[in-house]
Amino acid sequence: MSSGEYKVDKVVDARGSHCPGPLMELIKAIKNVQVGQVVAVYSTDSGSKTDIPLWVKKAGHELIGVYDRGGYTEFIVKKTH
Amino acid sequence: MKKVVIVGGGTGGTITANILARKVSREAEITLISNTPQHIYQPGFLYRALGEIIDESEIIREERKLVNKRVKLVIDEAVKIDIQNRMVDLMSGKKLEYDYLVISTGSRIVPEEVPGYEVSYHFYSLEGARKLHEALERFKEGVVAVGIGGIPYKCPPAPAEFCCLLDYYFTKRGIRDKVEIHYLSPLPRTFPHEAVAEAITEMMEKKGIHWHPMFNIESVDPEKKIVNSLEGESLRFDLLVMVPPHRGAEVVEKSGIGVDGGWIPVDKYTLQYKDYSEVYAIGDATNLPVSKSGAAAHFEGKIVADRITSEITGHEPRAKYDGRVLCFCDAGFRKAIYMDFNYENPPKKPRFSYIWYLGKQLVNRFYWSLILSGLV
Repeated sequence: MSSGEYKVDKVVDARGSHCPGPLMELIKAIKNVQVGQVVAVYSTDSGSKTDIPLWVKKAGHELIGVYDRGGYTEFIVKKTH
Repeated sequence: MKKVVIVGGGTGGTITANILARKVSREAEITLISNTPQHIYQPGFLYRALGEIIDESEIIREERKLVNKRVKLVIDEAVKIDIQNRMVDLMSGKKLEYDYLVISTGSRIVPEEVPGYEVSYHFYSLEGARKLHEALERFKEGVVAVGIGGIPYKCPPAPAEFCCLLDYYFTKRGIRDKVEIHYLSPLPRTFPHEAVAEAITEMMEKKGIHWHPMFNIESVDPEKKIVNSLEGESLRFDLLVMVPPHRGAEVVEKSGIGVDGGWIPVDKYTLQYKDYSEVYAIGDATNLPVSKSGAAAHFEGKIVADRITSEITGHEPRAKYDGRVLCFCDAGFRKAIYMDFNYENPPKKPRFSYIWYLGKQLVNRFYWSLILSGLV
């Protein structure tokens, strides 16, 4: 599966998730993929635009892109370590 | 006669079995497999740890007494689920064929996945709650850290709730001024949803609870009593309460139907497993982005029972899970918040009130009758 020019290894559809929420779904997914792999998270939670970039930066992974998909936001994150 | 097999006698499995027994016991044989003759009310663990429940008979009942007489209850361990051949193998050697299968095998805790976990305590099993209670009773002063050792875990608000209840517990013991409570939040805020986080953060600040954003526990140094986060931070503690990592049931992992730690991928609305329309999964066992909680298992069980009833009686199954979850979160001092939300409607900023505290007590009481029967 690809999103733009990036190959996505795992898609996490967290649309409609308020608890545990998209960021927790992302943390879970990052734990389960290999270093170098890319995770896409779909979110309808307005808080994700703040908290996903914050966590990705603090955890030292790479936020490749944030895309407005009309009704939801897609975050592309690469596991770097 | 159609054969319905339900694997797992927790909240979701018991509700599903009881509803099906009332609706289609003439047309179908309903078998519920449970690996224990006891049914334990897991929200009670937190109160057991804090010493508010000492008499464990308040949170344990015989499963047979909770299940409709028309349900065939089998106390055995499912060791293999063979989706291709519509068969469930049991540890006793028995094999059960099915026309419809409901997998409600829950989750299991795996604290050993966190290096150094031996010095931590938790309230995610009855045994864990007993040990934590003893440790708390011995505790006189110092730093109590409450954090999360792995995602996903049951009941996402529970660690924050536990911090608030610790404040209440130490206040009652008259040593609150000698204890620092630290909440290690896996997120940049105290709760996944912003509006709820605002209320919980206000409450924590009022109670003098220190909270650390984005602290996902990666390891523990048992000698130095230091807990380390995967984000690169550390905290020294005197008592560590760590929510253990969770995985799906062993039978799910061994049968090859789970992903990312043994969670069963199901349709978020129909709760059906992939292309197998006769196979459903509910509750903690699924990989749905909803809380692993009794409330989710409850609502999902009702949907699955409705869908299987439709199928058996020759109707198109139309019931769909809307993602509904509700929860009461006890803040101590007889105050609690209540949240009710689904896929489309996020929770609103809740208010702490005595009414919701009473609501939580009512749920605890009526769990055994109204909820497990599937009547509500």
